[in-house]
Amino acid sequence: MKTVTLTLTNPPRLMLEGQNITPDNFAGKKAAEIAALDVWEGKQKSPLGKYFTVAGDGGATAEETKIVLRGDCTRVKRIGQQMTAGEIVIEGNADMYIGGWMKGGKIHVKGNVDSFCGIGMEGGELIVDGNAGHHLGASPRGEWRGMQGGVIRVAGSVGNDTATFINGGTIVIGGDADIHISTHGEGGTVIVKGNAKGRVGGQMVKGDIYVYGTIENPLPGFQRVGEVEQEVDGETATFTHYIGDLGERHPVSKGKTVYANLYTRI
Amino acid sequence: MSEFIIKNGFVFDPLQGIKGDRMDVAVKDGKIVEPGTLKSPKTIDAAGMTVMAGGVDIHSHVVGPKVNVGRLFRPEDKLFKSPHKSPTCSRMEMGFSVPSTFKTGYDYARMGYVFVNEAAMPPLHSPHVHEEIRDTPIIDNAAMPVFGNNWFTLEYLKNNEIENNAAYTAWLLRATRGFGIKVVNPGGSEAWGWGLNCVNIHDPVPYFDITPAEIVKGLIETNEFLGLPHSVHLHANNLGNPGNYVDTLESLKLAEGYTAKNDFGREQVMHMTHLQFHSYGGDSWGNFESRAKDVMDYVNAHDNLTIDMGQVTLDETTTMTADGPFEHHLCSLNHLKWANVDVELETAAGVVPYIYSPKVKVCTIQWAVGLELALFSKDLMRTFITTDHPNAGPFTRYPRVITWLMSRAARDATMKTFKWLDKTIDATSIDGIDRELSLYEIAQMTRAGPAKALGVSNTYGGLAPGMDADIAVYALNPENMPSDPVEIEKAFGRCAWLVKDGVVTVRDGEVVAEPAKRTIWVDVKVPENAQVQRDIYEHFLKHYSVKLDNYSLFEEHLHNPRVIEVNTTE
Repeated sequence: MKTVTLTLTNPPRLMLEGQNITPDNFAGKKAAEIAALDVWEGKQKSPLGKYFTVAGDGGATAEETKIVLRGDCTRVKRIGQQMTAGEIVIEGNADMYIGGWMKGGKIHVKGNVDSFCGIGMEGGELIVDGNAGHHLGASPRGEWRGMQGGVIRVAGSVGNDTATFINGGTIVIGGDADIHISTHGEGGTVIVKGNAKGRVGGQMVKGDIYVYGTIENPLPGFQRVGEVEQEVDGETATFTHYIGDLGERHPVSKGKTVYANLYTRI
Repeated sequence: MSEFIIKNGFVFDPLQGIKGDRMDVAVKDGKIVEPGTLKSPKTIDAAGMTVMAGGVDIHSHVVGPKVNVGRLFRPEDKLFKSPHKSPTCSRMEMGFSVPSTFKTGYDYARMGYVFVNEAAMPPLHSPHVHEEIRDTPIIDNAAMPVFGNNWFTLEYLKNNEIENNAAYTAWLLRATRGFGIKVVNPGGSEAWGWGLNCVNIHDPVPYFDITPAEIVKGLIETNEFLGLPHSVHLHANNLGNPGNYVDTLESLKLAEGYTAKNDFGREQVMHMTHLQFHSYGGDSWGNFESRAKDVMDYVNAHDNLTIDMGQVTLDETTTMTADGPFEHHLCSLNHLKWANVDVELETAAGVVPYIYSPKVKVCTIQWAVGLELALFSKDLMRTFITTDHPNAGPFTRYPRVITWLMSRAARDATMKTFKWLDKTIDATSIDGIDRELSLYEIAQMTRAGPAKALGVSNTYGGLAPGMDADIAVYALNPENMPSDPVEIEKAFGRCAWLVKDGVVTVRDGEVVAEPAKRTIWVDVKVPENAQVQRDIYEHFLKHYSVKLDNYSLFEEHLHNPRVIEVNTTE
């Protein structure tokens, strides 16, 4: 695997639209060619090299390309958007849409990210050591086909509207989650190891949510059905099991109505 | 280039009966002229290419509030599907099933179309319709206000007051700068205000106690009383349901005994739109089947009818219609998002996204039904290509629809992608049809026929001297048609040349100029009618949320009008 190191030496005044920073776009390119790729600051198109110094060439394919971003990327958006393979390491913070519509590969952010990260995700792995903003792993605006697959891990806390319209895949949140988790969900799993604020699983049709801490304002559409012992993310624990959202339509499979499951740890 | 000549093309002009003759078409000052009259024209070489009049679309939802609701509530229809600005166009383009106004104008022009009739204008929102018409470049637009659920219309027709209804119709056409009488689910959209529907044409409207059959007959009589350029344009009751071909035949029979009375060369008294959605047999989705043959047998035998296809294109699209109860029904089938609107005394509307998938049996049967309608037709001057844009698919798929009609191989290639091919073949006749339409027949279905049915064939849809110089040139050689049907689709998708009003607008598939576009509307002069004046005044006083003074379109909303005048006082 070949490594391309981008160092932000000339930070943008506005946000930088960095959707070209993916292993797919870097593969097969020399450092100079990578520096010539387009990025947008507002509506101004410029070469990547105007903001970043580029060291190292891309691998032959996306799979064999690793990108390391150094410097303060707090205002760089869309890194790894639509990537299908390879690896990205962001040494500090990053802005919105990191790993959006990602299909494969791995992104590791060592700082915090802003909103809309991992939206429309279909596969791959997005790891955030810090906190994430709103709409983590949610569906893009208007879209009813949300996260399809892959894994998102956030060590810290997240904002609101996590996993809206989730259809598949897993989101693990180490800290707390703000309101709205898995709204309209039709599959997939969300694990909140801290507390959840409320509106957990609203209009959810299918899928699973685990909350280890407390839910400040639980929804009346979820009904307690018992207690279960389950292995979640490598550890076994006992949970109170709820089904819901009873206000929503539910499909019938093999003669049984399918509900969404909400588990809170005892 | 105010004088030029398009030389040596194969010309197809059904209005003049020209069937692919090698001819020159001459243009001077925006009009078509006799080739001999030009002194030193520039030349466009169309040797080995097909020359037709600019295309005319009789039924498409391109402007107005429900289209804009579709744009607003489907941001995902733009995501990663919007081309960046073309270097030759002045505006950005976006959207697939509900394109922006700019993309709408450019894409129609790229396909060689010059006239598009907006299929449903809610009268109260006509300013919005006209503002979007202004913002849609290049193509000329007309818009039909909806009458089939309008309180005035229901009251007049209930009392059989055709003359009063005609006076009201004339007033509303002027107030909205409208083109003709559109009827959507007659009575049903009004019943939707009670949470009900009119399930067949004899099911009375709540409160008004008039049946859809009476509404349609009354509107046909009104239309012929006034002598409007276009006929009643009907979206029949019970759209989209198994077994609805019975209701469709009953609706078509309402036109029996009426003949067209007008000075515009129109021969039909009823245009039945998106017939594909109305030609279904069976009594459930399980035994859903095509009844296109039954419906077309009737249409073929009755000269006072025209139809358009409403062809399903097997895309992810956005349905939108003034048929409010239907959209609610559709939403309960596919569980996707739903928008619903009530327009006070006039109409309703709904919007729901829909995916016509080749993996779903009902969708592939619908696909076959649309094509069967055209392929069973004995008169393609009365059978028009539409996709009921965007309801059965976006208008940008017309080239594909043309290709399916012109090539059995293209139909077979599409059918190979069907998950339920055998069941689709069992439920339809499509596999037994070898008919392939000619370029002349395509010209009938896409320009000459619609222009005649709209009553504008003195201006649009043909290439006779004196008509607007709207000319499309396609890179297709009728003497050497491509063996690969994909090439036909390409040629119709991006015309080699489009001349609009004598201006070269598209060249090699790219928009190179944006000539002034027009709004076409119908101004009807009727005798003073004090009762109707008073009824309008009172309804506005008692029931409308706007004042009468603020209702009619203000002049500044109307963009570059072309008025068609009708005088009933003489």
